[in-house]
Amino acid sequence: MRLSLLADLNTERAARRAAILVTDVASGEQRLVREAQVAGDPLAQELRERIRAGKSGLVEQGDRQFFLTVQTPPVRMVVIGAVHISQALAPMARGVDFDVTIIDPRTAFATPERFPDVPVRAEWPDTILPEIGIDRYTAVVALTHDPKIDDPALAAALRSECFYIGALGSRKTHERRVQRLTASGFTETDLARIHAPIGLDIGAVSPAEIAVSVLAEIVATLRKERRRSA
Amino acid sequence: MLSTDTDILKAAEAWKREGRGVAVATVVETWGSAPRPVGSHLVIDADTNFLGSVSGGCVEGAVITEALDVIADGKPRMLEFGVADETAWHVGLSCGGRIRVYVERVD
Repeated sequence: MRLSLLADLNTERAARRAAILVTDVASGEQRLVREAQVAGDPLAQELRERIRAGKSGLVEQGDRQFFLTVQTPPVRMVVIGAVHISQALAPMARGVDFDVTIIDPRTAFATPERFPDVPVRAEWPDTILPEIGIDRYTAVVALTHDPKIDDPALAAALRSECFYIGALGSRKTHERRVQRLTASGFTETDLARIHAPIGLDIGAVSPAEIAVSVLAEIVATLRKERRRSA
Repeated sequence: MLSTDTDILKAAEAWKREGRGVAVATVVETWGSAPRPVGSHLVIDADTNFLGSVSGGCVEGAVITEALDVIADGKPRMLEFGVADETAWHVGLSCGGRIRVYVERVD
């Protein structure tokens, strides 16, 4: 492996971009395929599938065998609202290796005591989200029930490529939310990206059960819908 | 602590930049029950310092020995480890699986 290739791979990873190192097993020949270059690669189909699944592995092409070292950025979950559901959701999300951040401008909610193991930012979403940067490996979950806090976060999420947007609230609440966001210029197609009511319909009752349904929906979206769009 | 493959590959890059001889071992195939998934890395330098894991400790010794040869001659090697369940506790993988490990030098 050339040092420059290794360095490029590390650079891509640090920048939160997916990349695949393709190694010809017989000859040792290698190339780095950045996510943006996948379409032009002879192994495009396979590479796309591998990036979606985030899994390294061997692939045959003709009589040649290639090993694909797949690097995808850690999935992030940005939770708006340091609420009861978030307290259940954060440790579960960490359990499946998500990088979790909690945002809530209400300092009484956003305390380290309530969220001992996750970064909590007591700031308004529109202030802090540009700094965090929402990319396509990010899920945005709005749980405050308060339009003042949720709406700016949803707007930022809709303007980004994030793979999942979910918002807590009944169908009625969501209708009003859609009206507000439409008034601020978002289209029907944009707003269809929001999962609301949030979470899989598993009959969840307690905050922890709702957290399970939200996390399950996010994993399903991460692993399934990306394949459909590929 | 270096716990992820990202950190391990960063260390490989840093070691090489310090002028050390470095090899990267990667799990490329597994059969049966294998302790570390495909894509796991072990990074070795010419003084047998190492980071990461390809088998959770079962075959690292053998991989490191081979890696020293790879660092010396620059030729990548494909290694295969594995044993039947009955003898698993005596040599190799305690879980009875088989793994293939690709070892290459960083140039």
